[in-house]
Amino acid sequence: MIGFIVKRIISSIPILLGVTLLIFILLHIVPGDPVTLMMNEHVDPDTIVRVRAQMHLDEPIFVQYLNFIWDALHGDFGVSYKLNRSVATLLLDAFPNTLLLAISAMIFSWVVGVPAGILSVVKKYSVIDYFFMGSALMGVSMPVFWSGLLLQYIFAFKLGWLPVSGFNNPLCLIMPAVVLGWGAAGTIARLTRSSLLEVMGNDYIRTARAKGLQTIAVLFNHALKNSFLPVVTVMAIQVASMLSGSVITETVFSIPGIGRIAVNAIQTRDLPLLQGSILFTTILVILGNLAADLLYFLLDPRIKNK
Amino acid sequence: MAEYSAMIDDHTIRGTSTPEKDKMLEVKGLKTYFFTSKGVIPAVDDISFTVSRGRILGVVGESGCGKSMTALSIMGLVPPPTGKIVAGDIILDGKNIASLTEKEMCQIRGNEISMVFQEPMTSLNPVYTVGKQVMEAAILHQHLSKAQAKEKTLEMFKLVGIPEPKKRLDSYPHQLSGGLRQRVMIAMALICRPKLLIADEPTTALDVTVQAQILQLMKKLQTELDSAIVLITHDMGVVAEVCDDVTIMYAGKIVEQANVFEIFDNCLHPYTAGLLKAMPAFKENGERLYNIPGMLPNLLQLPKGCRFYPRCECASAICAEQEPDLVEVGQGHFVRCLKYRG
Amino acid sequence: MESQQQAIEQSQYLEESFFAELIQSFKQNKSALVGSIVLVLFISAAVLAPFIAPYDPYNVDMSQQFQRPSAQYLLGTDMFGRDILSRIIYGSRISLVIGLIPTLISMVIGTILGLVAGYYGKKTDYIIMRLADIVMAFPSLLLAMVVMYTLGASLLNIFIAISMVNWAGTARVVRSQTLVLKEKEFVEAAKIMGVKNWVILLRHLFPNCIPSLLVLFTLGIPDAIMSEATLSFLGVGVQPPMASWGLMVSTGKEFLFMAPWVAIVPGVAILIVALAFNFLGDGLRDALDPYLKQ
Repeated sequence: MIGFIVKRIISSIPILLGVTLLIFILLHIVPGDPVTLMMNEHVDPDTIVRVRAQMHLDEPIFVQYLNFIWDALHGDFGVSYKLNRSVATLLLDAFPNTLLLAISAMIFSWVVGVPAGILSVVKKYSVIDYFFMGSALMGVSMPVFWSGLLLQYIFAFKLGWLPVSGFNNPLCLIMPAVVLGWGAAGTIARLTRSSLLEVMGNDYIRTARAKGLQTIAVLFNHALKNSFLPVVTVMAIQVASMLSGSVITETVFSIPGIGRIAVNAIQTRDLPLLQGSILFTTILVILGNLAADLLYFLLDPRIKNK
Repeated sequence: MAEYSAMIDDHTIRGTSTPEKDKMLEVKGLKTYFFTSKGVIPAVDDISFTVSRGRILGVVGESGCGKSMTALSIMGLVPPPTGKIVAGDIILDGKNIASLTEKEMCQIRGNEISMVFQEPMTSLNPVYTVGKQVMEAAILHQHLSKAQAKEKTLEMFKLVGIPEPKKRLDSYPHQLSGGLRQRVMIAMALICRPKLLIADEPTTALDVTVQAQILQLMKKLQTELDSAIVLITHDMGVVAEVCDDVTIMYAGKIVEQANVFEIFDNCLHPYTAGLLKAMPAFKENGERLYNIPGMLPNLLQLPKGCRFYPRCECASAICAEQEPDLVEVGQGHFVRCLKYRG
Repeated sequence: MESQQQAIEQSQYLEESFFAELIQSFKQNKSALVGSIVLVLFISAAVLAPFIAPYDPYNVDMSQQFQRPSAQYLLGTDMFGRDILSRIIYGSRISLVIGLIPTLISMVIGTILGLVAGYYGKKTDYIIMRLADIVMAFPSLLLAMVVMYTLGASLLNIFIAISMVNWAGTARVVRSQTLVLKEKEFVEAAKIMGVKNWVILLRHLFPNCIPSLLVLFTLGIPDAIMSEATLSFLGVGVQPPMASWGLMVSTGKEFLFMAPWVAIVPGVAILIVALAFNFLGDGLRDALDPYLKQ
C-alpha cells in the first residue's frame, strides 16, 4: 500500500515538471521584451540591461527555467513588477481565500449532487428524475460568470438577502460557493445516477435481492459504495475545474484569491506574478489528482490487496 | 439405446414417489412474459411442477429455454419493467407466494427460499468481506445480533467445508477461488435454513473436480436440512449425479417430466434423447461429441406446430401443423410429443 | 433468458443501418429532438444574420441607450444604444465558428495522436500520453489564458488556445479504443497480408472510432463556446466592438443593477445553445451505446 502511494507520488513529478516547463515556455515566447513592457519608454538603456540581468532574462531560456525551478523550490517566485512585492507572499495571502471558496463549493456540490443522483435512481423515470437531471444539465451548460451575475441581481440587488461581493463575512461566501459548485453538482448528480444504474445491473445486486433485502437497502448497502468509485475519479477533474472556475468566480465577486491575482497579472502584464500564480494553481491541481487517486485506492479493496 | 442409468450410482432412495403432504413447492401454470418494443416474449409458458421435501428436481434445457426465468419467477425477481408474471400459482409449503407484495416477498427471499447463482465470480459484492455478506441474511431474517450472526456464519462456513473458516470471514471475494466463492454462496443461501433452495447452474463456471465436490456438498446439506432443491442445469451429467426428478424444458415449455430413472432409461421425447446423446460421458473413442442440430427458435416468431419440430429427427408432417399437449404416458411420466398422443 | 433477449435485440441491431438506428432512437428521445431543433435555429441565425437582424449590431445611438425590452427593441438596447437582439444574432456567428473550428482542430489532433499512440505503443505511446497527462493536469482555463496572454487577443488565437487544451481528452479516448481494436482479427489479418500501417490506421481503426468521435465532437462544441465566452468575459478573448456573447455579458455587468437585460440576455443565449448541444450529445451517446461498447 505504501508502495502504491510512493509510486503514485513519484509518477506525478514528471507531470509537474512538464507542466511548469510548458507554462514557462509559453510565457517566455511573448513577443517584445518584458522589461521594456513593464517600464515606461523613457528609461535609459543601462537600467533596462541592469534589470534584465537582475531577472536573469539575458540567459538562455532553459537556464532561466532551471533558475526558476531552483528558486521555486526554495519558495522564491520572484518579485511582482507592478506591485513590487514578493510573489510568494502575495500568493500565500490569497491562498486561504481561494481554498475556502473551493472547499465550500466542493461541499455544496457533493451535498446537492449525490442525493440528487441517488433520488433520481430511486424514482427512476419519474418527474423527480427528469427534474434533477434537467437541472444537472442546466448546471453544466451555464457559464459560471453569468450565473454569478444572475444571483447577484436576484439575491443581492432585488431581494437584498446577501452582500453583492466582498469577502469580509461568512454570508459573502454563499453565492460564490453556489455558483462555483453548481456545475460540479450537476456533473456529480449525473455521474452518481449513471454509475448507480450500472451497478444495479450487476450479479451481486441480484444476490443481495435474493437475500431478501428491500430495494432501498440494496441501493444503500450494496450499490452505493461501488458506484462511488467512478464518482471519486472525477473529483480529480473537479479540483482542476474548481480552481479554474474560481478565477471567474473571484473576478465576479471581488474575492481576493489566487484567480483574481492571475487575471490582474494578465491585465497588467505582470510576468512573475502570472507565472507564480499559475504554477501555484497547477501544483494544487496535481495534489488534488493525487488525493483523488489515493481515495479511490482506499475505497476499492481489489486495488488495496494487490 | 445405451443404459444411461448405469451412471446413477445410488439406486437406494432416488426415483421413488413421495406422499402428497410432503410437497414443498408446487408451481401451477406459470407464465412469465417479457413485453419488449419488438413484441411479447413468452419466456416461461405454462409451466407446472412439484418438488417434495428432501428431493432434488433438475430443470434441464439449453440456455434461453426459460429455466433461469422460471427460477427468478419463483423468487419474485423477474426483471422489471419488461418482465412480468402473467399467470400461475407458486405454492410454497401450502402458501401461494405468487400473489404476495414486494414487501412480503422480501421476508420470504433468503429466508424460506434462497438461491445460488451461476456466476460465483460476480455474484458477490467486491467491496465487502464475504463474512459480512453471509451475515447479512441472518441479521435480516433471524434478527440476530452481529456477534451471533458471526458465530452462525462461522458455523455455516465449517458446514460447507471452507478451510480456515475463521480467517475467511474477513476475506474479500477476489481473494477466494471460484469453488470457495460458490461455497460461500451456498453458506449464504442456507444460513436461514430455507425450505427451498434454487440452484441456477451452480457448477457451470467451475472446474470439473470442484463441480463434483459442490454437487456432493449440496446433496449432503439437503439431507441434513431436509429441504427441497430445484437444480437448474443444461448438463445431464449433473442430473445423473444428484437429481431425483427431472423436468426438461424447451423454448419456454415443458417437453418431458419424469423421475430420474425413467428419464435415463426410458426417455420418450426426441429432445431428451438428444440431450442424453450429447453427454460427454458417452463419447466413444475418437467419436465427435454429439450436438443437437439447429438453434432454439426465436420466441418472438414461434413455429406454428411443435416448437421442437424444426430440429427434430423424427418429425413428421403433422408436427409442423399441430402443437402437442403434455400427456401422461406412464406413472408420473409426462411428455409433449405427437408420437405419444392417446 | 436474458441472454436470449439480448441476442434477439443484437441481431436486429445488425440488420438495421447505422443512421436508421440513430433516427429511430432520436424519435423516442424528446430532449435530443428539442436540442436538434434549437441547433437548426441557431445555425440558421448565424448564417442568415444580415437578413434577420432587425438593426445594425454596431450602430451606436446614444439617444437609444438602455432601452428596456419592448416591441421596438425585443431584447432592449445596451449602453451604446445598440440593439441586443441584433447583437445576439450576429454573436451566434462567433459562437458557431468558435464551437466548430477549434473543436474540429482539436479532434483531428487528438484522433491522430490517439491512433498513433494506441497502434504503435511503447515509447511513442508513452511520450504522447504523458503530454496528454500534462495538458489534462492543467486547469484548462488558465492554459487558455496563458496562450492568450502570449499570443495576444484575437479570434485566431482563441482557436489555438482552445485546440491546445481540448485535444488531450480525444487522444485518450481514441487511444483506448485503438488498443482494443488492434488486437482484433481483422487488424491481425491486414497486418499478415502486408497492408501498410497507415492504411490499417485509416481504413480499419479510424472508422471504428467514429461513433465515439461523434459524441465527443457534439459535447466538445458547448465546451468551446463556453471557453470563448469565458475568455472574452475576462477580457482576453474577442475584443470590442465585436459582438461575442461572453463579451456582451462582460460589458453589461457594469450596468447589472441599472439595466440587467444587457448582461443577462446574452447569457441566456449561451445557456440555451450549450444545453441544446448537451441534449444532443446525450441523445447521441444513448443512441450509439451499442457501438461505443464494442
